Amino acid sequence: MTTATQHNAALGAAQPASARTPRRWRPTRQQLAGFAFAAPLLAYLIIFYAAPLIQNVSMSLHRFDRQSFVFGGAPYVGLDIFKEVIGGDKFPSILAQTAIFVVVSIVFQYILGLALAIFFHKNFPLNEVLRGMFLVPWLLPVIVSGTTWQWMMNPDNGVLNKLLGSVGVDPVWWLNSDNALMSVTIANIWLGIPFCLVILYSGLQNIPTELYEAAALDGAGAWQKFRTITFPLLRPVSMITVLLGLIYTLKVVDIIWILTMGAGTSQTLATWSYSMAFGKGASSIIRYSEASAVGTILLVIALVFGLVYIALQRKQADS
Amino acid sequence: MKKLRARINTVIGIVLVAIMLFPIYWMINVSLTKRESIRLGNLIPLDFTFAHYGTVFSQQMPYLGTSLIIGFGTIVLTLLIAAPAGYALSKFTLPGSRTIQFLLIVAQMVPAVVMSLGFYSLYNKLGMLNTVPGLILADSTIAVPFATMLFTAFITGIPSSLLEAAALDGASYWRTFRSVVLPMSRNSAITVSLFAFLWSWSDFIFASTLNREGGNLRPITMGIYNYIGAQNQEWGPIMATAVVASIPTALLLIVAQKYIAAGVTAGAVKS
Repeated sequence: MTTATQHNAALGAAQPASARTPRRWRPTRQQLAGFAFAAPLLAYLIIFYAAPLIQNVSMSLHRFDRQSFVFGGAPYVGLDIFKEVIGGDKFPSILAQTAIFVVVSIVFQYILGLALAIFFHKNFPLNEVLRGMFLVPWLLPVIVSGTTWQWMMNPDNGVLNKLLGSVGVDPVWWLNSDNALMSVTIANIWLGIPFCLVILYSGLQNIPTELYEAAALDGAGAWQKFRTITFPLLRPVSMITVLLGLIYTLKVVDIIWILTMGAGTSQTLATWSYSMAFGKGASSIIRYSEASAVGTILLVIALVFGLVYIALQRKQADS
Repeated sequence: MKKLRARINTVIGIVLVAIMLFPIYWMINVSLTKRESIRLGNLIPLDFTFAHYGTVFSQQMPYLGTSLIIGFGTIVLTLLIAAPAGYALSKFTLPGSRTIQFLLIVAQMVPAVVMSLGFYSLYNKLGMLNTVPGLILADSTIAVPFATMLFTAFITGIPSSLLEAAALDGASYWRTFRSVVLPMSRNSAITVSLFAFLWSWSDFIFASTLNREGGNLRPITMGIYNYIGAQNQEWGPIMATAVVASIPTALLLIVAQKYIAAGVTAGAVKS
């Protein structure tokens, strides 16, 4: 911090205007300049983050219908809408489906991502190119991959059922209401593997190679090296990966919506809120207040995990 | 022996990539197969045709154009806000700068569906639904927190002695920012622009809520989505559109993999 202050004092001194101002005003001037550079961001955060968020919370505390949404005048009802949403008969099953979607997605993304990261940690020709190609599913628009998965999961003509059929397995109705959760989870795992691969790979690179050499001298096998060196030393990175995965999977709407519109078992808190807000999918009637309430619940869950993540990151940065 | 093992690993790696990218191969395969043969599900496009791409270019061009405008608009807006903020947060002793950095992390965790609901209600009042600027503003919220953090991290690493030298030469804060900080932050700006473009190009939630009735002013994600929603699903043109919509991603990955990797290791995380 001292260097920054010195630098800015130097900047201030170079300006004729500040040369004339009394000495004690200098820090203020420096801060004024800093504030000017930060001002667009501050305004932006207030207008484009705080305002929509406040709007969302406020909508969950007032009972809106189509008319009051356009013309105003929705009555304040306190936490009534939250009580109705949480007490409703849909809530427990959707919460459970959300949990399954998130947990199963992350377990598989993490295991497959870790296996791939360990594989790519070896030295071999074309390593970097192949690793780069693994990023493709992550960078492609979800509408592109989602649409492709939808066609691959087509019950009559989809390639997945053709492949299953060629080994004698009966066709699966991937996108019907009972199987929908499984199918959207499969597609979501595929989407998330690249992210886990990249983060875990960079974590592996920070493990000193001498440790492996020493273990090899002691006659440790591959599994033993993984168990005693890789996994324990990767723990901080693993925690970050899993927590971020959790937060990002909780908010997923697009892949589910494109595949099933949240039909049947694939409805999660996020898609439920989306469908009620815009009167599509399972909710043909627009329910702004209920949608906002579910959105607020989702926001609170995400923020709890987010604070755990920030605390963890601070702790790791300190040590 | 060691060489052989390395070669075997390359082969395994190619197989793994082939499995992972199979859906993408399948999309290209279907897009090149004649309508009547698509349902046969041949592993290679035996009944080859480019006709679906003709359909794409006759029907989807306006959406592609809109997506380009929105992508570049998002880049400009994100840079305008994030670059100066990064300078402010790294080289000035501001009260509350730690709080702002904390809020930037939290901002990335807000579910998009919550934001879209808030935006929908606000835009409804302001008459900004179904407009390109409205969508640019909404899309930029995906990129601005990440971009600010990236700029802050990078500018912190610029030696203060360089900035002091500029000050001794009589440069103002603004001049120092423009002539020293910005040119040195070129790589960060490229990484930020890449992600801002990719995210706005890929955005589905904001487009499907804030710009549902925008006609030709809707982005390509809506172009594809309406194709799927149509009653007689034409998978050939759908897949061809999907391929065309993937071109920017493919190009950026080939030309700028270095910058993308930089963004990821800097803690880049997609919503």
